[in-house]
Amino acid sequence: MKIVGHNLTTKESFYFFEIAKGLWITSRHFIYNMYFHIAHLLGKYPEVPAAVTVQYPEEKVPLSRRWRGRHRINARPDGSPRCVACMLCETVCPVQCIHIVAGEHPDPAIEKYPVSFEIDVTRCCWCGMCEEACPVDALYMDTGKSPEPGFSREDLLYRKEQLVKEMPLPGCQRSLNAPGQGPMEANPLGL
Amino acid sequence: MCLDVIITLLKIAIVFGFVLNVAAILSWAERKQSAVMQDRIGANRADVLGFRIFGLFHPIADTIKMLTKEDWVPPAGDAFIHTLAPFLALFTALVVFAVIPFGDTLHIAGRDIPLQIADLNVGILFIVAFGGLGFYSVVLAGWSSENKYSLLGSIRAAAQLISYELALGLSIVGVVMAYGSIELDDIVRGQGQYVLGVIPYWGIVAQPLGFILFFTAAMAETKRVPFDLPESESEIIGYFTEYSGMKFGAFWMGEFIEVISVAGVVTALYFGGWQIPFLSNQGIFIPGLFTIPLPHLLVVLLQVSAFGLKVLFFCWFMLLVRWTLPRFRYDQLMAFGWKFMVPLALVNIVVTGLIKYVF
Repeated sequence: MKIVGHNLTTKESFYFFEIAKGLWITSRHFIYNMYFHIAHLLGKYPEVPAAVTVQYPEEKVPLSRRWRGRHRINARPDGSPRCVACMLCETVCPVQCIHIVAGEHPDPAIEKYPVSFEIDVTRCCWCGMCEEACPVDALYMDTGKSPEPGFSREDLLYRKEQLVKEMPLPGCQRSLNAPGQGPMEANPLGL
Repeated sequence: MCLDVIITLLKIAIVFGFVLNVAAILSWAERKQSAVMQDRIGANRADVLGFRIFGLFHPIADTIKMLTKEDWVPPAGDAFIHTLAPFLALFTALVVFAVIPFGDTLHIAGRDIPLQIADLNVGILFIVAFGGLGFYSVVLAGWSSENKYSLLGSIRAAAQLISYELALGLSIVGVVMAYGSIELDDIVRGQGQYVLGVIPYWGIVAQPLGFILFFTAAMAETKRVPFDLPESESEIIGYFTEYSGMKFGAFWMGEFIEVISVAGVVTALYFGGWQIPFLSNQGIFIPGLFTIPLPHLLVVLLQVSAFGLKVLFFCWFMLLVRWTLPRFRYDQLMAFGWKFMVPLALVNIVVTGLIKYVF
């Protein structure tokens, strides 16, 4: 281990001047911020912020378009999920939080559909790999929502019926087709 | 006789009411001030019926939390001493205020009421003695916890307090020499004089080096950053690790009360106590120019509030220092105390003596 030392200069070794300098910096911040806090109370200079804090539940910073929030499953025009139970997301998921049970779809062109599709958000690590893996414009993480706390594990298990009802955050939609809209053939695999 | 007792009790109620309330508010002020200094907003979520009043409910919420928490005594520890230690911390910090004069003598209804709870003729020695007694709470807390790390923390604290006690005592000697008394009332009255007719002869004017030394040593006595090695919340374990609930709260409050006590002592010794420059018993008085007579009660009221404001300013300043400086390393702390503060305090005494001898 290399220890990088710093020998104090004579002025620094007195501490006093360095302490005074440090106190000047912090008290300058204090006085500046206090001035604007009081000005805000009096309704003056509302455009000059006195603190960088975002008071979270009341105000939120705008989300990036690439922000990965809670999952949703895109719907076909008939309202059924676009998922074809290909198991790619379940396979790619590094924490194995997706569980799909596949069933045979009556339409031979579609072949398969998820009988059950569960995402265990207690395990999800929000990596977004499932979203990247999905070949059929079905699984997205563009709802702009954070997972809500629940009282049981059951509350934190998101099922197909719930996921298909979720909507993308306006302006942040990443799917080719909006939920329930768009031609069937407009998805990458032509399904 | 009966009236004297009532007056004394009233003075105690006023002074301790002020100190305890300011101590509670300091726990709020520490969060808020650090937040403002760091461009944040700070604690503002305690909410009573939709009112938040800048987070001022937080001290109350803290107290309720600490009173309702489990109060745990280590089974192998000494329950009596474990309980005694936090009370000792509170008591020694609080009792210092008994000798600090907070106003001029009040003449009311033919009575002379000195605005000071106890005018002891050993004033300064009393303060130093109880400051020294304060470290028993630290040692007892660490020892009775039956925890190696608490004990080590309390040993660190004891070593630190003893080292800085020396510099503290020696730096006060300069003030005693300058005003020729160890009675705090005399010292404060002595600060009502003027140098060259215009500069108030406050302790800071008479003892600039002494003030810096005293203030530094006193901050070390309060065991707060940059001298918070005894507790060091974040990494090395301190002496009150085994405390929970309101006993921990008592240590916490004791620390804030110590801050106020130090602010009070610094005000009394170095910043003129209740003196306001150019305000005497007769009213506003500019030497050689004019006097504006003011009623006696108004003068006393102004002086008492001046004392309160000075104390609050030093509380603010100590919080400012606490949120500006990083902590000393232990060897730096000891070297700073013994090789820097003590020799400088001795030099201060010699120089003060020389100046006294020459003039």
